[in-house]
Amino acid sequence: MNVIPSGRRPKHLTIGRIGMYCFILVCAIFFLMPLYVMVITSLKDMDEIRAANILNLPKELSFYSWPKAWSTACTGFVCEGLKPGFFNSIKITVPSVIVSVGLSAINGYALAFWRFRGAYFFFGLCMFGAFIPYQVMVYPLLKIEDALGIYSTLPGIILVHTIFGMPILTLIFRNFYASLPIDLFKAARIDGGNFIKIFLYVIIPMSAPITIVAVILQVTGIWNDFLLGLVFAGRDNQPMTVQLNNIVQVDYGVAEYNVDMSATILTSLVPLFVYFISGRWFVRGIAAGAIKG
Amino acid sequence: MPLFRNIASMIALLPMIVISLTVFVGCIIYSFVYSLTNSKLIPVFNYIGFDQYERLFKQRKWDVAVENIFIYGFVFTIGCLIIGFLLAVLIDQKIRGESLFRTIFLYPYAMSFVVTGLVWKWVLNPTFGLENSMHMWGFAWFELDWLVNRDLAIYAVCIAAVWQGAGFVMVLMLAGLRGIDEDIWKSLSIEGVAKWKSYIFVILPMLRPMVVTAVVLIAAGVVKVYDLILTLTSGGPGYATTTPALYVMENFFKRADLGQAFAASIIMFISVVCILAPWAFYEFYLRNKYAAN
Repeated sequence: MNVIPSGRRPKHLTIGRIGMYCFILVCAIFFLMPLYVMVITSLKDMDEIRAANILNLPKELSFYSWPKAWSTACTGFVCEGLKPGFFNSIKITVPSVIVSVGLSAINGYALAFWRFRGAYFFFGLCMFGAFIPYQVMVYPLLKIEDALGIYSTLPGIILVHTIFGMPILTLIFRNFYASLPIDLFKAARIDGGNFIKIFLYVIIPMSAPITIVAVILQVTGIWNDFLLGLVFAGRDNQPMTVQLNNIVQVDYGVAEYNVDMSATILTSLVPLFVYFISGRWFVRGIAAGAIKG
Repeated sequence: MPLFRNIASMIALLPMIVISLTVFVGCIIYSFVYSLTNSKLIPVFNYIGFDQYERLFKQRKWDVAVENIFIYGFVFTIGCLIIGFLLAVLIDQKIRGESLFRTIFLYPYAMSFVVTGLVWKWVLNPTFGLENSMHMWGFAWFELDWLVNRDLAIYAVCIAAVWQGAGFVMVLMLAGLRGIDEDIWKSLSIEGVAKWKSYIFVILPMLRPMVVTAVVLIAAGVVKVYDLILTLTSGGPGYATTTPALYVMENFFKRADLGQAFAASIIMFISVVCILAPWAFYEFYLRNKYAAN
């Protein structure tokens, strides 16, 4: 009689496995150390930071650096903290994500189902844009936006994020739609659906998974952007990353490392939140963004 | 196919086509044309041939920038690949707390380069950072003055970048490892091949597409590196950690030397094309050709 083994396979703790766990723990310490240092530094006062080990836990918790980083830390001559940057980042991110995801979804749909002569040539051109260094495009694009009268404005920066997000988003939408059963599309055609109707009633209801991936990709990407915000957003709309850099780098007088670290944590809260909430989806987004072609 | 059959689709793709032509193609042409001029503060068409390129190649600073991007590109790519692959293999060993470790190794990828740069700047601070910690623990000989050391500063940038990007490679590799057929493992264990040997000589070659994708994506990112260096070292000490991207931006926005900036950006663009062309040729041309046969 054959006995099929069931339940958990007994594990032997060999030397190899112990070594493996040691290595993985060392790696985990390396990856966690900066986060740990960030958090504990933000909770110390400056005397302790100067006197004590950077890795030591704070002797007594001091929370004063947090509100300071949020609302009174100085960037150059203005002392409003990161707060305006946070709201600017939201003002930039929300419309940019909506516009770029919406436009790319339509692009992907048109490319997957309504091919016309030359469509793939332009798609290739668009994909090529994903690899051009920003430095090549920044100045001419600035001139274009200047001519359109939207340089240094909110619509200007939204347009820039839409442009630079488009190649990769179009690709993942196209790949997703190309994997849908074509018969579905044919049936909709026979039932008299046109370009817009099929998109609205057949395609959009099926697009939830890929839209989530695209939104995660864009929210973290746009929130973390620095260069484009610096050049295109203008003084009134500077995103949080730019303001963070201003707070930390333009430090007249004594550097306040605890305030700097609080500000750094505040700036990374949104992407970290997205990462921890989305988990599996974030990983899927990376994989989708990575598999080009 | 009649030329105007999918008129709706053409209209829908119009934004993509316009953007591809004006921004992606147009900006390169614009940059190239004005790289042949002696534009200073504003672009003027005053043709001087390839003088800007000649001047560029004579700049000591540009040499340093190119040297740095090679060091950074090499160390960062190799570092990410080795650490990412090792972590993926270890996580694939059915270890305890798998998802916890995966979260730990990937979270830096959600952080922006600005945050990464600022955190490592603090951790590596020569007065209060890790060096100080080691001294306090009695290792007086320990030196970690990388950020203020001309020769080592670029490696500090590499460490920060690997910290941020290794999790990304791990995710890609892990996806590859999970896709490997159980039978291959069975036959390898019947043959009595040691596990580490199987990983290096059998599994790694099977993951080649993943490795190639990872290398291409990392390499395309290498040329763009800007925020990280700006926040971590500001290109210093002196100009020891400057890179082509920093060089371009400096000439655009600080030194008002547009012609020079355009020339440098065109060189950046050409080098990206040189990296990508063989890969794109393989990916889109050869593969389709063989797939068709």
